[in-house]
Amino acid sequence: MTVAPRAGGWVIALSFLVAFLLGGIPWPGGLERFRPDWAALVLIYWSMALPHRVGIGTGWLVGLLLDVGRGALLGQHALAFASVAYLTSQTYRRIRAAPLWQQTFSILVLLLVKQILVFWISGVIGYPPKDWWYLAPALGGMACWPLLFVILRDVRRYFEVS
Amino acid sequence: MVSLVPGKRIQSLFKINPTAILQLGFWVMLSIVMMTVDHRYRYLGGLRDVLGTAIYPLHYVMRMPGETKLWIGENLSGRGALLEENARLREKQLFFNVQLQKLTILEAENRRLRSLLESTVNMSERVLVAEMLAMDFDLYRHHILLNRGRQHGVYVGQPVLDQHGIAGQIIRAEPLTSTAILITDANHALPIQVNRTGVRTLALGTGNFQELRLPHIPNNEDVKVGDLLVTSGLGGRFPRGYPVGTVVKVAFDPGSPFANIVAKPLAQLDRIREVLLLEGQPDALQPAPSVKEPAPAAKEKEPPPPPKPREPAPRTSPSGAARPS
Repeated sequence: MTVAPRAGGWVIALSFLVAFLLGGIPWPGGLERFRPDWAALVLIYWSMALPHRVGIGTGWLVGLLLDVGRGALLGQHALAFASVAYLTSQTYRRIRAAPLWQQTFSILVLLLVKQILVFWISGVIGYPPKDWWYLAPALGGMACWPLLFVILRDVRRYFEVS
Repeated sequence: MVSLVPGKRIQSLFKINPTAILQLGFWVMLSIVMMTVDHRYRYLGGLRDVLGTAIYPLHYVMRMPGETKLWIGENLSGRGALLEENARLREKQLFFNVQLQKLTILEAENRRLRSLLESTVNMSERVLVAEMLAMDFDLYRHHILLNRGRQHGVYVGQPVLDQHGIAGQIIRAEPLTSTAILITDANHALPIQVNRTGVRTLALGTGNFQELRLPHIPNNEDVKVGDLLVTSGLGGRFPRGYPVGTVVKVAFDPGSPFANIVAKPLAQLDRIREVLLLEGQPDALQPAPSVKEPAPAAKEKEPPPPPKPREPAPRTSPSGAARPS
């Protein structure tokens, strides 16, 4: 996020900011359980589109800020986000080559990994999840991916972030 | 061209960056160390304070849509509706005033009787109004973030109420914000007593906003559906006599020595917007292990509370007016 010499760092920072804000807005009724983790989606997008700029360290920092914002254990989301960024950095060439609707399945896997890591840590400190609903946000994120992808791609092209 | 050297293209598709795993290892180790320190020893309060203050403005931006809607609603409502609401509120205030008169008399009488019994009671509880900024998002942990922190006199262990009853307690106080755990969190237990009979027990959170469990009441104890549960004051965290919930289910399992009792919290925990933080020590069970308050022991001796202009305490009021009766 703080790579100064290259253009458009502020666009990346701003997109994470918007993702933080979106993350605080509840969804109506029964959809609430499917509310995706916007910050994770944005992180996946940037580490796929600009792997040389947004990587594991950025993911870790974003996760840490999320931990503070949510009052979670310091490092919980940081660990999960760093892992997601790592997986993305190893697979982005294959994911990027696939059509958008096929990409969503890769995204689902990445988001599931993130959910499982976060809740695994919660379990270790004494808050084990009681049912399988905790995986639902990954499905929500999968459904939102095409929209987010198109929006962020246009934003990236418009501001010529590279 | 491409079809002649397919191997190269495929190779680049599956290329692995060997240093990435080292990077990942570094960050993961750092996370694990931080989590351990945070969970076990709580040394990271400083870091949390700094980062928390840095992202504090975000919470306000996040709340803006809702606030704007409220503001627009208030400003666009017609004169008729406002007058009507005004009349209704005035009526309500009249009603409360009458009740308050009774309360003053009762309080005086209570104090006199207690002084006859030579027991101390702290009548000088004050409240601090806090607004909820965020709710912890994993569904199994009921923590809320409030917009009052150490700067406003919030301390760890401070009881949190909403207008209907006990809601929880503060578990972390940062400079500008604080985190409260709700009584329905699966890791929370609240010392209570059944108002009708005086039976003392614990109310355990279940992870469900509508449910508290009372697992330690024997089968032959007198508990009925509809009984009011109030705080017992044991444990020294919560003051005595605040409403907690009502019993909604009493079932007996012949095989178990304890009844299966479920209560519903009175506080509307799933739709909290504003909460009250009780200031001052609870009923003086232990002398004065006060965190912030300068001299609670002295305060308890003299009945009329000395007005404390020590902080720009926003919107405080005597708890008598705020206490639901």
